[in-house]
Amino acid sequence: MIKMTINDRQVQVDASATVLQAARKIGIDIPTLCHLELDCFEVEHRMGSCRVCVVEIEGRPNLAPACCTPVLEGMVVRTNTMRAINARRTILDLLLSDHPKDCLTCEKNGNCNLQELAGELGLHRILYSGEMSNYPVDLANESIVRDLNKCIMCRRCETACNTMQTVGILSGVRRGFEAVVAPSEERPLSDTKCVFCGQCVAACPVGALSAMNRTYDVWRALNDPDKTVVVQTAPAVRVAVGEEFGLEPGTIATGKLVAALRHLGFDKVFDTDFAADLTIMEETTELIGRLKKSENLPILTSCCPGWVKFFEHQFPGLIHIPSTAKSPQQMFGAVAKSYYAEKIGVQPENLVVVSVMPCLAKKYEASREEFSRNGVRDVDIVISTRELASMCKEAGVVFEHLEDEDFDRPLGESSGAGVIFGASGGVLEAALRTTADWLAGEDLSNLDFVEVRGMKGIRDATVTVAGMELKVAISSGLGNARRLLESIQKGEAEYHAIEIMACPGGCLNGGGQPYIHGDTKILEKRRQAIYREDANKPVRKSHLNPDIQKLYQEFLGEPGSPRAHELLHTKYNPRNNF
Amino acid sequence: MIENAKHLREHALELGMRQAKGPRTRILVSMGTCGIAADTEPVLAALREEISRRDLQDVFEVVETGCMGLCHSEPSIEVVDGVEGTMTLYGNVVPGQAAAIIEAGPYEAAGVEVLERTWYCPENEENTNGALQARVVLRNSGRIDPENLDSYLIAGGYQGLARALTEMSPEEVGGEVRESGLRGRGGGGFPTGMKWGFAAARKARDKFVVCNADEGDPGAFMDRAVLEGDPHCVLEAMAIAGYAVGASQGIIYIRAEYPLAIKRLRKAIEQARENGFLGSGIMGGKFSFDIDIKYGAGAFVCGEETALIHSIEGHRGEPTFKPPFPAVSGLWKAPTVVNNVETFANVPAIIRRGADWFKQIGLPECTGTKVFALAGKVSKVGLVEVPMGATLHDIVYGVGGGIRDGREFKAVQTGGPSGGCLKADHLQTPITYETLRALDSMMGSGGMIVMDSDDCMVNVAKFFLDFTLDESCGKCTPCRIGNKRLHEMLTEVCAGRGTQETLAKLKNLSHTIKDTALCGLGQTSPNPVLSTMLQFEDEYREHIEDKKCRAGVCRHLISYVINDDCVGCTLCARNCPVDCISGQRREKHEIDQDKCIKCGVCHSLCKFHAIDKR
Amino acid sequence: MTKNRVRPTGPIGSDGVINQEPKKRQELADYMSGLNLGDDRDRNRGFLIQCLHKAQELFGYLPESVQLFVADRLGLHLSEVYGVISFYSYFTTVPVGRYRINVCMGTACFVRGADRVLEEFKRHLGIDDGETSENGKFSLGGLRCVGACSLAPVVMVNDKVYGNVAPDKVPDIINDCQ
Ligand SMILES: Cc1cc2nc3c(=O)[nH]c(=O)nc-3n(C[C@H](O)[C@H](O)[C@H](O)COP(=O)(O)O)c2cc1C
Ligand code: SF4
Ligand code: SF4
Ligand code: SF4
Ligand code: SF4
Ligand code: SF4
Ligand code: SF4
Ligand code: SF4
Ligand code: SF4
Ligand code: FES
Ligand code: FES
Ligand code: FES
Repeated sequence: MIKMTINDRQVQVDASATVLQAARKIGIDIPTLCHLELDCFEVEHRMGSCRVCVVEIEGRPNLAPACCTPVLEGMVVRTNTMRAINARRTILDLLLSDHPKDCLTCEKNGNCNLQELAGELGLHRILYSGEMSNYPVDLANESIVRDLNKCIMCRRCETACNTMQTVGILSGVRRGFEAVVAPSEERPLSDTKCVFCGQCVAACPVGALSAMNRTYDVWRALNDPDKTVVVQTAPAVRVAVGEEFGLEPGTIATGKLVAALRHLGFDKVFDTDFAADLTIMEETTELIGRLKKSENLPILTSCCPGWVKFFEHQFPGLIHIPSTAKSPQQMFGAVAKSYYAEKIGVQPENLVVVSVMPCLAKKYEASREEFSRNGVRDVDIVISTRELASMCKEAGVVFEHLEDEDFDRPLGESSGAGVIFGASGGVLEAALRTTADWLAGEDLSNLDFVEVRGMKGIRDATVTVAGMELKVAISSGLGNARRLLESIQKGEAEYHAIEIMACPGGCLNGGGQPYIHGDTKILEKRRQAIYREDANKPVRKSHLNPDIQKLYQEFLGEPGSPRAHELLHTKYNPRNNF
Repeated sequence: MIENAKHLREHALELGMRQAKGPRTRILVSMGTCGIAADTEPVLAALREEISRRDLQDVFEVVETGCMGLCHSEPSIEVVDGVEGTMTLYGNVVPGQAAAIIEAGPYEAAGVEVLERTWYCPENEENTNGALQARVVLRNSGRIDPENLDSYLIAGGYQGLARALTEMSPEEVGGEVRESGLRGRGGGGFPTGMKWGFAAARKARDKFVVCNADEGDPGAFMDRAVLEGDPHCVLEAMAIAGYAVGASQGIIYIRAEYPLAIKRLRKAIEQARENGFLGSGIMGGKFSFDIDIKYGAGAFVCGEETALIHSIEGHRGEPTFKPPFPAVSGLWKAPTVVNNVETFANVPAIIRRGADWFKQIGLPECTGTKVFALAGKVSKVGLVEVPMGATLHDIVYGVGGGIRDGREFKAVQTGGPSGGCLKADHLQTPITYETLRALDSMMGSGGMIVMDSDDCMVNVAKFFLDFTLDESCGKCTPCRIGNKRLHEMLTEVCAGRGTQETLAKLKNLSHTIKDTALCGLGQTSPNPVLSTMLQFEDEYREHIEDKKCRAGVCRHLISYVINDDCVGCTLCARNCPVDCISGQRREKHEIDQDKCIKCGVCHSLCKFHAIDKR
Repeated sequence: MTKNRVRPTGPIGSDGVINQEPKKRQELADYMSGLNLGDDRDRNRGFLIQCLHKAQELFGYLPESVQLFVADRLGLHLSEVYGVISFYSYFTTVPVGRYRINVCMGTACFVRGADRVLEEFKRHLGIDDGETSENGKFSLGGLRCVGACSLAPVVMVNDKVYGNVAPDKVPDIINDCQ
């Protein structure tokens, strides 16, 4: 611990702290833009490049960036002098002088750190106007829009993509006024091995990276009298969407969510959790099959499209080990366009399946060729949690005041196992619940595998199911996935089953979720909400979901049947690793 | 292979005797990049040819040396006669003069330009003739054959290293350097011994010694001259530094634009390894040290030490915030000493001759010498090395011979793009890191550009910003966008569109950039603006209020007009690139002002002074 | 000194230059296998810039297929390699002309009128600095101090240095390039 003074107040902080941390400790805020810390994922982005956090330090000739200046014994800091405030204002002025001031029509409107800063610093006029950057907007993929004219060069996306995800798409390119962050040769993302996880979008403080907005397509479908429009909503959406309406982080808003979707005009409101249960049926069958033959292990989960694209590019040698089960979103689509369409007597092309996802990669996933039949996509439109919130606002749905409603059946019925798909470790735990029951041949009462839960990037555990020791591992965040896979390739570790999620923490931290702006406490609250939701469910094992059982009886036959294979399984393609 | 320090001394002695017994006259030919560019090769060939034609190989030895620093008189050669003891410097030599030079031998050849030998005093001589220059850094450049290790050994090479390894502990070596008062010549002036001390104090498996040979300052070529003319001295210094801080690996980061320096360094490293000055168990002792070369790729900011480290690591050359300083956590997070070439070049002499000797040179608070690349409108452009505390006047008028073409001195720009301009009032100021900083300028690496009344100070400031804009890494806001805005405002002023508000904004923004930029590049980039605004306020005012550029440089503010002296010779009309001059032969011509691009061709061609520049 | 940048068309690496010149490809491969590459990706990265120098020396420029080759062998992402290439003005991703005309833009040359010389070249060649003429004959650029300041303004054409270049000497220099 060291002692120092900030704005004439004494503060004691850890010797490894920064001036910013010390100031925040005593309730003094210093604005930041480029700085990003995701403590629970050990991500620390201390670029020190935007310079809006400059403060005065006695004895130093220049202003110092609070975010990366280490504290020293006896240091005397002033954060609010004329000199510091004017400097910040000038920095902001410069940033805005090379920034399209399009707030009113910007994806980030109301959620933008730069906009907020401009509000706080009360800059009323831009003094230093001049030439502005001019980049073409990258609209060439399903998931992400890159409008680098709004980029402030904080490089947070670079850290997200390269350090955290180790996908390695983004790099600073060129230099000086022309410097910007882009893929190689400044190609569009669609030309690269980007997995569309959207973690760069989540990291971007401004509107330079944003989600491809599909709300207009949804409105059009909803207003088309020839179409039947059904919606599925992913597990992680219900514990986050409330944040967009001022509800406490960690609020379970399932009932309100259903009500809101009905307000918007969807014909049926279904649940991806139903399909998550279905996924477990297929994946567990596969797992038990492999365990029995003791071959092709470990099995890797495959419900995260970001992860799927990642291994297709970067670990093509391993493409035989992930489960062939489709993701819940795509299983839902496939079942909706066959079983359900048949049931209600609608042609698949007249049934529009909309997904509400925490995820940007799901937008891309739904567009993969193998996920359509006869030119009809299984999932037609994917919107993110944030897009759903904005639709509600557009339509005047006062979300926070809605009465709870229930999902429609049959594709809305789910177990607690389906819900926990939204958190890292959930898929594996859901699979373990079913595996244990099936291997033991009974309905076991011990179904909480708490050892696989948590936020840590790589976790492993040995669990005993029906007298069998299963070694399992969980990783979230692609950087961790890479480390785990490499250790397996090197033979340093052996597992039976591994769950991998592209986003650190799992889907609850997906690229389409409400922005957390570095506040990882929000993630923990979402996580706890998911497990609360699970605990509240009457049915907590996938194979006990009555509508799932019915689906197999009426339509699919057995898990792993030829029909199930045709509809619910997929193939992977090795792709270029550049 | 040199087995130990004693062996080295004996070997050097023996080499010296062998040389004394060799040809009596040595002809030193300045073969740096600069000399070669000035066509020294044919002169060299002619000298060799002449000697062999006359069969005088036993009398004359031709030595290709590095740069002598006599840019103004390249090709230059020096004839050193072992018997008469004479040393004759010839300048602007052409191949045709080879015969006369050989003919004259130790005596001054007729018809060849002889340069004053008082031009400088070498390190190993008493300065009896009041030479303004004292050569420590450049002690060997232009005097030895840089590609020949023996040549370096005769000049006392590797004696410093030998002394350090055999007579001193690492702490004592560091102490000697600290005691000498040597400060970093890369621009910052940070005490070298202190820097070494930080690195020495760290416990680490790996430590590195890095030589910063990036020399990106446009118009500076001191380091190049050292590397081309005396590469071994840098190797020796790095090994000494390695010993002092406990590093076993050295890296020279050199800009790719210096092919000759690279070639000579590679050769020197090889020779040093072969002879036991580098590698494992140097001079038969326990200390091991080796050196690698890494190349830059055209980025000025890579001269900044953290950027340089990133560049070595294979990254974009973007600086990072300090602390941590490289001496604590540098290359691959290991303690790393980064020093400039010129800083290193002082070290062997300091260890060989002691801190006390070094301290006598220069001023107490600022010891030793400084090399400047003197260029621009001065008569004798060249590389000069003067004791710290010499005045601008000494350099410009003493060494530099005053302003060329008898024009009037206007300003000296020091410190390159980080520096500022000094004017006539400052000619008597003794030059130190501090005095220059007090004048909003910088010592920088040693570029010194002399300007006369033909130079527009607003335009000069704009030129440096052009440079910064191009070379900014783009990482931090004030430098990336701020310098762009400064440049735009200066462009406005040069175009006659500036206002009082422009001036106020220029000043404010400059101060903010200085105050907030991440690295030294941005922190100093507004210096040329601030210092010209301070020293030449009236010129700015004229651009804004009178829409005039007194130097006639800013094109928007000048026009070319043909006066009545025109005799109608048509020369201008025939040469105007845009054909905007009309007129009949033998009649007064006229310039179409709307079309004229103000290239000035007509003005410089007219033999009748009939074109006025306004 | 802005750099020429043409966004490649077609899939990544489809320029195929690396395979059109098997000898050079081999030489580059040999050079890289001669490096002291280990398991540590970060340490290997330290060889990147010298590999790019070598590759540019061989191929004259660094098209995407060559970048890919280097990236692959060093275990780097293509974006990292491109990020580096686009940072350093020495590297180019487009072919340069047979005659590389570089006007010294160092301070000494500047105060002796190098900017006017550059203007003249631009006008005569019809290209901007950083560009290559359509017939692939000339590239125009600036560089910073060749260390021949006494001859300012200085122009370099490939390796040849022209000193004391007044604007009216420009056509002669261009004519020299035959
Ligand atoms: C933009 C910038 C460019 C620099 N360029 C050089 C350079 O070309 N050569 C050099 O030795 N130092 C250069 N420096 C200074 C180095 O950062 C560093 O201080 C120096 O190499 C330390 O060596 P010294 O203590 O021996 O001077 C530069 C600094 C900055 C901020
Ligand atoms: S990025 Fe932010 S500041 Fe920029 S237009 Fe969008 S909302 Fe406004
Ligand atoms: S804040 Fe001002 S500019 Fe923005 S919407 Fe309201 S009135 Fe318009
Ligand atoms: S979406 Fe994911 S993979 Fe693609 S650029 Fe962003 S962080 Fe990288
Ligand atoms: S795209 Fe966004 S995250 Fe990336 S550098 Fe620009 S502003 Fe920062
Ligand atoms: S972890 Fe979830 S939110 Fe993230 S990419 Fe995978 S499926 Fe999408
Ligand atoms: S001051 Fe300029 S060169 Fe230095 S880090 Fe900032 S942008 Fe880069
Ligand atoms: S060169 Fe001079 S004298 Fe001849 S036409 Fe032109 S202005 Fe008249
Ligand atoms: S200045 Fe140049 S363009 Fe103008 S008239 Fe003279 S030669 Fe022609
Ligand atoms: S937040 Fe500190 S420099 Fe950007
Ligand atoms: S003669 Fe070598 S630098 Fe001038
Ligand atoms: S400035 Fe042009 S050669 Fe030095």
